[in-house]
Amino acid sequence: MSEVTPKDHSHNSYSRRLFLFLGSMELAITLLLTLAIASVIGTVLQQNQPYADYVIKFGPFWFEVFEQLGLYDVYSSIWFIAILALLVISTSVCVIRHFPAMAKEMWQLRTNVQKKSLKAMHHSAQWQSNATMPSVANDLQHEFKKLGFRSRQTVKQDDAVLISAMRGGMNRLGYLFTHIAIVVICVGGLFDSNMPLKFAEWRGEIKIETRDLSIREIPAESRLAVGSQGFRGSVSIPEGKAAEVVFLPVRDGYLLQALPFRIEVKDFRIEHYPNGQPKSFESDLVIHDDQLAEPFESTIAVNHPLIYRGHSIYQSSFSDGGSSLSIDAWPLDSRAGTEPVSIQTKVFENRQMLWGEETMQLEMTSFRPFNINPDPTEEDERNLRDFGPNFTFKLRTETGEAREYENYMFPVERDGREYFLSGVRNSPAESFAYLYLPVDEDGSLQQFLNYSALLRDEELVSDIANSMMKEALAMLPERDEALEASLQQTLETLITMFVRGGFDEVRDFIDNNLPDAERDNLAPAYLGMLREMLARIYFSMDGITPQTVTNDQLLFLQDSVDTIGTLSRYGSPVFLQLTDFEHVQSTGLQIAKAPGKNVVYFGCALLIIGVFLLFYLPQRRLWAWVEEGAEHTEIILAGSTNRNAREFDTFFNEQQTVLATKTGNSNLEPGS
Amino acid sequence: MTTNTEIMTKPAAHTWWWYALLLLATIGILSVYHEVLDVYEVSILMFTAISMGFVGNHWPGFRGHAIAVAMLSLIALQLYGTNLEAAETNGLLKYMLASQSAIMWMSVFFIAATFTYFGGLIFRSDYTEKVGSVFTWIATTFGMTGLMVRWRETHMMGADIGYIPVSNLYEVFILFAVVTALLYLFYERRYQVRSLGGFVLLVISAAVIFQLWYAFERNAHEIQPLVPALQSYWMKIHVPANFIGYGAFAMAAMIGIAYLLVSWRSEKNPDSGLVKAMPPLTMMDDLMYKSIALGFAFFTVATILGALWAAEAWGGYWSWDPKETWALIVWLNYAAWLHMRMTKGWNGKPMAWWAIVGLFVTLFAFLGVNMFLSGLHSYGSL
Repeated sequence: MSEVTPKDHSHNSYSRRLFLFLGSMELAITLLLTLAIASVIGTVLQQNQPYADYVIKFGPFWFEVFEQLGLYDVYSSIWFIAILALLVISTSVCVIRHFPAMAKEMWQLRTNVQKKSLKAMHHSAQWQSNATMPSVANDLQHEFKKLGFRSRQTVKQDDAVLISAMRGGMNRLGYLFTHIAIVVICVGGLFDSNMPLKFAEWRGEIKIETRDLSIREIPAESRLAVGSQGFRGSVSIPEGKAAEVVFLPVRDGYLLQALPFRIEVKDFRIEHYPNGQPKSFESDLVIHDDQLAEPFESTIAVNHPLIYRGHSIYQSSFSDGGSSLSIDAWPLDSRAGTEPVSIQTKVFENRQMLWGEETMQLEMTSFRPFNINPDPTEEDERNLRDFGPNFTFKLRTETGEAREYENYMFPVERDGREYFLSGVRNSPAESFAYLYLPVDEDGSLQQFLNYSALLRDEELVSDIANSMMKEALAMLPERDEALEASLQQTLETLITMFVRGGFDEVRDFIDNNLPDAERDNLAPAYLGMLREMLARIYFSMDGITPQTVTNDQLLFLQDSVDTIGTLSRYGSPVFLQLTDFEHVQSTGLQIAKAPGKNVVYFGCALLIIGVFLLFYLPQRRLWAWVEEGAEHTEIILAGSTNRNAREFDTFFNEQQTVLATKTGNSNLEPGS
Repeated sequence: MTTNTEIMTKPAAHTWWWYALLLLATIGILSVYHEVLDVYEVSILMFTAISMGFVGNHWPGFRGHAIAVAMLSLIALQLYGTNLEAAETNGLLKYMLASQSAIMWMSVFFIAATFTYFGGLIFRSDYTEKVGSVFTWIATTFGMTGLMVRWRETHMMGADIGYIPVSNLYEVFILFAVVTALLYLFYERRYQVRSLGGFVLLVISAAVIFQLWYAFERNAHEIQPLVPALQSYWMKIHVPANFIGYGAFAMAAMIGIAYLLVSWRSEKNPDSGLVKAMPPLTMMDDLMYKSIALGFAFFTVATILGALWAAEAWGGYWSWDPKETWALIVWLNYAAWLHMRMTKGWNGKPMAWWAIVGLFVTLFAFLGVNMFLSGLHSYGSL
């Protein structure tokens, strides 16, 4: 041996200590628990949400801190991967360290045991036999074999042999299998993770795209070519269209992964149970591939993916694929004219609408052919009902503010009367507030529109105000022109205010403009006058007179007034009524390529086998020392186990009796 | 002490009829249902029969239980025919065998068994403790029958609604109670010790009370068709494997509580009645380890089965979904526990405390995730 310099020595011992540290149980247990605690973070904080949401949630300071810590994508953050890597290294070192000893334990029969130590063992017994040493030894070996033990005789001295026996050496394989499995699973998982992408991004080869672009506009540095790497992304394909790319979500952006084939979607279907719950989601796909003689068709469903050329294609979601909608825009106030206008549009289409002086952008956001919701007229909210098709849209003003609307195609019944339903809200966080537009006998909005147009007809309102004023003042002994003009003015103003701001504005007016002393007396009078005016205007319509008015007509008036009274909060100058549609759906496919999958599955199989070997196949050893005595043959039986000592107690006691009876004579001396 | 060491190993000669019966049952099921079972389901059926063969091999109680469940279920099926309304009109169904009634009886007997076991412990009455065991067996049989009959009932709801009733929180609570009780009964016989019964039955009773509240308050017992993501044969193996894990972990924690109680009493007064009535600390320690090892083995299998299913339903074997992640946390926790025990040789009080903490971690994975976190796995929401 050459001389060992002090430096070398310290280096050696340093790496030795590092090796021991990495393979230590303390480190392994610490890592297991650290990993468990670190994993909690990603379940408490929702991962991979839009970054804007995080800013709102945490404020700009903490947003920045958490982003630096990688908390929005914990499971691919550097520190989390580092813990995992350390666990893999620790486990590997552990396996390397223990492998030689384990292999030895697994096969070796421990033949160099001393008589003394056998006697000292916790499980030990001795007895005597009249048979000769070789025959006792052979009998014992035979009995061990029956118990499933592998055994071997070693001649110890001239007059003694040792039989070493073992069963369940595979238990040690359990240790190896479980630990190797962890390494295999983690390595396999690494193939399928987004680590290669992170690495490429870090080297500047790719750039995460965060803008909302069409596929053609996406720059080359955000595109990934067909390769061998694993990925998992999604793409939405409308019926009748095709795609050969898939979007990989990365943090707050995405990358575009090319596919080696083209997926065409022929049809997407949803089937329902009788109670309206969805029963199945299915897509009919056609795969076009240059490698194929001709395209092939396949239908996928949830739990039934298509696997093609290492790519798994899953049914994961669905959405509208640009359904075409025919819409009538009914004017609700003077800005939109007096007649309904027909519009032909599509979901996801934006168009500018000019209403009076005002330009608004109409953005169609979604369409649903049926809406199975709890029936509000039933007490039990589990009674579901189909409310028919609806669509949602946004109206965006020039300043960029948008309100969102949800309109149902068919009238909804409430208390025996029918209404068109339109929900409105100012932000997605709110729930919809619904406007109920009363439907006339013909099932249309015409009469409601006519009535609300009359309220805006200044000449008519003026005439009616005049006649009502005259009737009201008829009993006065003499005319008071000032009073007449004032009353006339008041009646007209009430209607104007009502049309402009509904009951809210009228109430404001009463609260702010009437003298305090008289308000309590005058307020009911004002509201009474308003109601009378509204009724008189209604009776000015064709075929409706106070004498012949039916209860239905009065209820219609009541509904119309209620609706007009809340229109100021509706915010749209028109009501969009869906008259016809052609439903086009888009299927949401998730496409994954996991080259490491089989490696991971192999690891999983190892893990399961290993765990069961480890727990349920204890390694048991038996030794029998057979020695020629002066008169008898002396036998010492000893045993040990590495698991389940309690069961071994019983086993040893039983076998000791059995073996002693079979090979011994009567004077048995039980050991432990 | 039992002399029965060869449990779950070679078939015993005197149980040939048990294997024959299972074979017959398997053939019977196959001949009736072969048209609707796919190859996976047939494999699961065979695997179930073989497992039952092993479990029943040296465990007469299990054989009796399985036969009772089969008989009661068959009677219920016969009484039902194809008419779901029979649950209201037929007396035997209405008061005993319709799934709801059977589950009610299960609840009653589990709670009665809890009191009986503790009564036996307090009054040192072996007889009372034996009654506790009988009650537990009856409850388990009713619970299992309830699940079996419910399975049939789901199929009677409509042509394509039927599913194995382990799909929502209500159903798995029953499964949990039954599995935990069976695991306990197995070790009760194996160790010939009944004084732990009350402790283990406490966690089962808690599950039963929750399940009753859930049914009465939320109408959770009503049968709802399956969402598409759950329509898979994987459910038949993933969920039961998981609940063997959960049940074993729960049992370990309850033994941990008993352990701490006894060790606390024996420090104060080694001759106290409780210390004498309860099994020795080393035995409880051993049972705790056995339980966690069993739970860990099955939980490993269940998590891997879950990953295989996820690969088929969600497009990836691992998505760091909250439920998956919490399964991993549970697994890591018990992996650490087992390392401590097996290689560091820790035992006694710290491990008992750890087993109890483990139950809370498990409980969060089982319930907390569904209640507080959202994810792909949100089937059993409260």
